[in-house]
Amino acid sequence: MSDEHKIRRIVPIGPYHPLQEEPEFFKLIVEGEKVVDLEIHIGYNHRGHEFISPELTYEQVPFLVERICGICSNSHPLACVLAIEDCAGIKPPPRANYIRSIIHELERIHSHLLWVGLAGHFIGYNTVWMWAWRYREHILQVFEMITGNRNHYAANKPGGVRWDIKPEQIPEIEAALDLVEKKTMMLTKAVLDDPVIRARLEGVGILTKEQAIAWSVVGPTARASGVDIDVRRDDPHAAYDLVPWNVIVLPEGDVFAKAKVRLLEIFESIKIIRGCLNNLPDGPIDTRIDEVPPGEGIGRTEAPRGEVFHYIRSDGSNRPLRHKIRAPSYMNIASNVVAVKGGSIADAALTLAAVDPCYCCTERMAAFEDGRMKYSSKELLRLSWEKTEKLRERLRPKHQTGQSYR
Amino acid sequence: MRDLRLWGLKKSPWVYHVAAASCNNCDIEILELLPPRYDVERFGVVLVGSPRHADALLVTGVINRKSLPRVLEVYEQTPKPCLVVAVGSCACNNHIFRNSYNAVGPYDKYIPVHAYIPGCPPKPEAMILGLVKALSKL
Amino acid sequence: MNVSLKLLLERFPQSEVFEKNPRRLYIKIPRADLTAVAKFLHIEQGMRLSICTGIDTREGFEILYHFSEDKSGVIYTIKVLAPKDEPKVESLGTWFPAALWIEREMHELLGIDFIGHPNLIPLLTSDTDWEPDRYPLRRDYEQRNEAHER
Repeated sequence: MSDEHKIRRIVPIGPYHPLQEEPEFFKLIVEGEKVVDLEIHIGYNHRGHEFISPELTYEQVPFLVERICGICSNSHPLACVLAIEDCAGIKPPPRANYIRSIIHELERIHSHLLWVGLAGHFIGYNTVWMWAWRYREHILQVFEMITGNRNHYAANKPGGVRWDIKPEQIPEIEAALDLVEKKTMMLTKAVLDDPVIRARLEGVGILTKEQAIAWSVVGPTARASGVDIDVRRDDPHAAYDLVPWNVIVLPEGDVFAKAKVRLLEIFESIKIIRGCLNNLPDGPIDTRIDEVPPGEGIGRTEAPRGEVFHYIRSDGSNRPLRHKIRAPSYMNIASNVVAVKGGSIADAALTLAAVDPCYCCTERMAAFEDGRMKYSSKELLRLSWEKTEKLRERLRPKHQTGQSYR
Repeated sequence: MRDLRLWGLKKSPWVYHVAAASCNNCDIEILELLPPRYDVERFGVVLVGSPRHADALLVTGVINRKSLPRVLEVYEQTPKPCLVVAVGSCACNNHIFRNSYNAVGPYDKYIPVHAYIPGCPPKPEAMILGLVKALSKL
Repeated sequence: MNVSLKLLLERFPQSEVFEKNPRRLYIKIPRADLTAVAKFLHIEQGMRLSICTGIDTREGFEILYHFSEDKSGVIYTIKVLAPKDEPKVESLGTWFPAALWIEREMHELLGIDFIGHPNLIPLLTSDTDWEPDRYPLRRDYEQRNEAHER
């Protein structure tokens, strides 16, 4: 086909795809079945947190930032209180640090399971979705037991934590961890050993190490491209330098590597929580902050999606003068422009979802041809499922087991 | 014909979910209704992929300037009568975002809302109760 | 002293360093040195750009570039000041993709001009329901009460 006959088509995904929960707008520009460019339009979730924050006191700000994102709702308050404590030069007591790590890692487990479920749905494995979300419930129950709420648990405050972990709660936490570990092991084996899933995810949506560095991506998106960064290890806070655990880094950069990193991180999180529970010191869970002197502070932590960054400038009053918030998806979603180029339309939705976008963190899929919509978001999902089916047909004689996780 | 439709709606509401500038907590909790623990499909509630097939709209978020036209478009596309249920404190009354330069909600400024389920986020049990109460009002 | 900091001060002697604590360094540089310092930190020293912050202060528009040296956990925050009547700086987006979005955001919420940016269009705000010259993060933004009236 000569160049004059090639028609550039635009494929938008969004804004209201029932499965991609957050509204954002990805305009994929395609030629034939290949994606040649991507326009990203966000702002459908922009609510103006940085504008509201200076109107609130330092005690109130963590409640505001918690509502930036519902899934990583502990990461923002943690980074925010770390910034306030950095500005004030305060260190919370040891018991608070351990509890911070426990709550934060519990959140990582439930967030990664949520993503695994969504990814399963994207490729047509609804059983994976139901399983992953079913076992997530155990973690949410633990949150409800400790803090009173399944999400938005307001665990952190400047100077420490707001909820203590009582001795009688520990056996239930450990039981939930044992169950989740067993089920995640089963899920991991099912996902990683399935030849259809491997064929579907390997080589898809590759982000090279150089691209990951140029776009300053963070979190599992970076670690799956060989970039060895993790704020918990690099800039230690809470109890991360007090218990043993590993950073998972893989070189391939494709969606399969991203899935592997997240699944393996669940086991590391379980390790951290067990380490913290075994070494939980006695003592107070918070320390008093009488004033935040004029100055500035930076707090950051490793959310399930990557580095969450908060900067606070104080003028000595009890409200921040300026509060800068940067969620991990802000950097990761921008890199989709390079990750999705050269791939097929059937892989596009999966690639875009593979950075685990939390658009509500960042502010938040369709195919157009000659300015007219060719594939809606539902149709793009259907294309993804069809590709999985074709792979399954092709690989069927080679299946060792008769099991299907469809 | 209207009575037949309402009967169908009450017995098996097809629900479309609209999220406009929300933090997603309510949205994930709505999706939580599907897996085995709460399993609303046994009540006949089905989450559909298009507003044109919906009997009820579950709406979340504060709505911001950018998403408002899309919300109105979705409401236009939904066949009437349709039940609108505001889920979460943001959808009920803008919550902590009421002073934002970008928040233009709540929903009842633009479309009729039949039920309000407050909470941040509301528990899944509260959502089911709210939906059932709203349906029984019909 | 940090190796990278030492090299930075040798190369750019006009920098003023404030060490808040061992992992938080704040370095003021002249506006003209911005691209050279950013290239030094990212390309030569391998630092990652975490994000940039724009602040409207009495002295002018302060723009902070937060570079993270992941191997040591130290954050190097570079500060430049643009005067109120000339809020312009050189764009890093011409050579550094990580800066593209945040420069668009600072442009639309604070009104800072990033010279040379390949696509300085609004990132977050509505294309249909937003007036030009409306900068919510400026201190003189008068519509704080607008939401109350609505």
